[in-house]
Amino acid sequence: MIAAPKIDWLALAPTLSLLGASGVALLGSVLVPWWMRRGFAAFAAFAGFVTAGVFAAIVFDESAEGRTLIAESFTRDRLGALAAIIIAGAGALTVLVAWGENRRDHAGEYYALLAAAGAGMAFFVTAGNLMTLFLGLEWFSIALYILCALDTHRETSLEAGLKYLIVGGFGSAILLFGSALVYGATGELGFSEIAAAGDADNVLLLAGLAMLIAGLGFKASAAPFHMWTPDVYEGAPTSVTAFMAAATKVAALVLTLRILVVAFPEQEHLWTIAIAVLAIVSLAIGNLAALVQRNVKRLLAYSSVSHAGFMLIAVAANSELGGRALLYYLIPYGAMSIGAFAVVAARERELGVPVTLDDLGGMGWERPFLGAAMWVFMLGAMGMPLTGGLLGKFYVFSAAYEAGLWWLIVAGVIATAISLYYYLGVIRALYLRPAAELRPIVAGGSPPRDPLLQSAVLLSLVVTVGSFFFVQPLIELARDAAAGLPF
Amino acid sequence: MTTTLIVLPLAAALVVWLLPLPGRAVGTLALLVALVEVALWAVAVAGFGFDEGLQLQDRQSWFSDLGVSYHVGFYGFSLWLVGLTVVVCAAAIGYALWVNRERGRAYHGLLLFLMGSIVGVFTAQDLLLFYVFFEAMLIPIYVLIGVWGGPGRVRATATFVIYTMAGSLLMLAAIVVFGLSQGTFSLVDSGTSSNEWVFLGFLAAFAVKAPIFPFHGWLVAAYRESPPEVAAILSGVVSKAAVYGLVRIVIAKFPEPVDDFQVAILAFAAVGLVYGSLLAFRAPDLRSVTAYSSMAQMGLIVLGLFSLTELGVNGAILQSVAHGLVSATLFLLAGMVETRTGTSAFSALGGMARGRPALSTVLMTTGIIALAVPGSVAFAGEFLILAGVYDVGWGWAAVGAGAIVLAAMYMLRLISAVLHRAPGIDVRDEAPDLRAFELLLVVPLVAALLFLSAWPAAISEHSFSIGSSAAEATE
Repeated sequence: MIAAPKIDWLALAPTLSLLGASGVALLGSVLVPWWMRRGFAAFAAFAGFVTAGVFAAIVFDESAEGRTLIAESFTRDRLGALAAIIIAGAGALTVLVAWGENRRDHAGEYYALLAAAGAGMAFFVTAGNLMTLFLGLEWFSIALYILCALDTHRETSLEAGLKYLIVGGFGSAILLFGSALVYGATGELGFSEIAAAGDADNVLLLAGLAMLIAGLGFKASAAPFHMWTPDVYEGAPTSVTAFMAAATKVAALVLTLRILVVAFPEQEHLWTIAIAVLAIVSLAIGNLAALVQRNVKRLLAYSSVSHAGFMLIAVAANSELGGRALLYYLIPYGAMSIGAFAVVAARERELGVPVTLDDLGGMGWERPFLGAAMWVFMLGAMGMPLTGGLLGKFYVFSAAYEAGLWWLIVAGVIATAISLYYYLGVIRALYLRPAAELRPIVAGGSPPRDPLLQSAVLLSLVVTVGSFFFVQPLIELARDAAAGLPF
Repeated sequence: MTTTLIVLPLAAALVVWLLPLPGRAVGTLALLVALVEVALWAVAVAGFGFDEGLQLQDRQSWFSDLGVSYHVGFYGFSLWLVGLTVVVCAAAIGYALWVNRERGRAYHGLLLFLMGSIVGVFTAQDLLLFYVFFEAMLIPIYVLIGVWGGPGRVRATATFVIYTMAGSLLMLAAIVVFGLSQGTFSLVDSGTSSNEWVFLGFLAAFAVKAPIFPFHGWLVAAYRESPPEVAAILSGVVSKAAVYGLVRIVIAKFPEPVDDFQVAILAFAAVGLVYGSLLAFRAPDLRSVTAYSSMAQMGLIVLGLFSLTELGVNGAILQSVAHGLVSATLFLLAGMVETRTGTSAFSALGGMARGRPALSTVLMTTGIIALAVPGSVAFAGEFLILAGVYDVGWGWAAVGAGAIVLAAMYMLRLISAVLHRAPGIDVRDEAPDLRAFELLLVVPLVAALLFLSAWPAAISEHSFSIGSSAAEATE
């Protein structure tokens, strides 16, 4: 008789419900009559994300004290639960956005993979040792590689998938190598055991730490590990891009925070500097490169690199306020990214071409709701009032100041000033183009009706603006989540 | 009360955007809301105790971990600045209704949104809240100029926003540092600071907004390319956000750095005053003259504020209101002249007084007040400012007095170029006098100016608690 470890099913419930949804969607594409396959799979995925969100909320509620489970392989705590809630929300919105893509083939696979990726992320953010970390990372990455390449009739989609596979595989390899070095140096896999193993200045350990940061940097698309981001974001189906921009970033950044704070407290003088440098490089590269983009998806991709920079500032602060800042920032950021990509998706479906800034011309007047929503998302990304983006930046700067990293505030201010140009460029395209400058692109007729996409945009809008007004409840969630980490 | 004054226009903006009302109905609704605002403000004035400090407060925690709250309320001087706001915005909205702007729902919604944010700026008692309103003003302005402005609007609006945002972002950094080092972001609870970098961060934002020389690069293009009613709000009211910030934050919270930098700031203000006046004298059209005169007047106001004397600061508040009314009237009149002639260039104007008694009377009265003829409100304001700044050094007063002569020169040039001389090529004989509705828009502004000319003490003695300086009054 082998003694099996006691399994905490509730802690696994978010992951399991998404895995279940994935399986149901996949089975459905074989067993369900052809005419309802797409609807069935989409509903299964949507239900999976909602269920996962609900379970994560229950876990959040019942995990005031964090603890490690199942041979210390993963953690049940509020940090993971909050991240899982955000990921589940992002996934549910993505399903709404994706519905109107009207894919004829691979519909079942699409939704199944989306749910599988969500499951992987929900698992990843709770990882408690290096094995589960790598397992979770590969789990959601592989699902995303396939999702990127799912539009097999488009070359750019295939290219995106391939590029993501190769670069992402490279990133995973670095992460794995780093894990091996850390294990070699300490003889431990669990995050807290690594911290307890001492031996702070072991060169192997430090090299491993550097490689772990690099590997996670790939997933968070922090510069200089962002090279894949614009190409993949541009080529992938837009709904997948939306999901990656929001959810992958949540997963990668939350886990970065967790592993650095839990496993490497002794090396904090090193990794705070490393993360701060990554933040500055991301801010610089993301914003400068975004200035010259004409394709809106590429522009938003570079914008997401720069936001990774902002959020890394919060990580670099290495404080409870920093953790709070990161978790708060992720909420409006996730909503803004999904919303912005959803608007791009709508325009793409209307015009049937990749959307450039010129293609947005006059959209604010023709499509008042989508235009105004895009306007708000851009204001949010700039950090203007009436959006949570402002308060996210405010918290990040506060955390940096409290940690004595005033030069990161300076970098953030300069980066924001630069970013105005391209965000305003989008608004300019939406509203300010004189009619004479516009190419007549719309053939006529009314735009495709897509109530699900519209409701996804509306929900994103509500979160973006609502996170500005209702800061207190959100910041309490973020505080509870960050409180579990041993700062 | 205060919250109502802020929220009512914002809520009206949402209503206007969401409900599909026809064009004229939207404008009428907006105008009604603006008039209700004026009435609410009048009620606030009637019940206001001018000997007390902060009043009509609303306070509610926004997020507690960093000590940020929604906290609004009135000091005496904020009351006057808000009064200026609601009156000018009402006139501007009326003007927009009169000319029947295209895409009226968007336009009037944005104007209302702007109005609410400005009232918020003048009443905010929390630094982050102040920043929120200060930035929120930019959102409608960007679109108002960018969509409905003149031919050079895209460049004008981009320059404006980038200048202003560069200043405000420095302010955001300064707010973070100030608030966290004080442990609260409340302007009421926080003490003073001697950190020069933080001081400069705040100063940068207000120097751009005012603008103080040499941060005026955005000014002329923005004022010239805006629709006239937006230019009226921009120069009349939005620039006064800088005055409020300087009084409420810079002077009140940074006594030591203010002392250290006093001479430098006075020097820049004086240069701006003289340079702006000279540019106004050289400017080729109605709008540019008004724009540069705004810059000059802001220099004068800053001169008064940084005299750090009771006289000077009171005079600066009085002058802010006077200039706001003058500037708004002039921009609205410029718009009315432009709709009649299609231009505001002096070379194509002239002789408009003949057969147009209403236009010439209104323009003449405003111009005479603007050039600070003795007995006018502008004279009272400038006198107080000069008397205040004389205490710092007689040289500053001499520069100020010299600039008043320049003001007379450019205003008289403006008046004669529009009203007198031979009729210009674009002035057709059939171009009508001001219509009744147009008179309804500008006459209240001029009447307010005349009232204040008769009783400038209404403002100058009711801005700060009697017998105390600005810094004491706002602590």
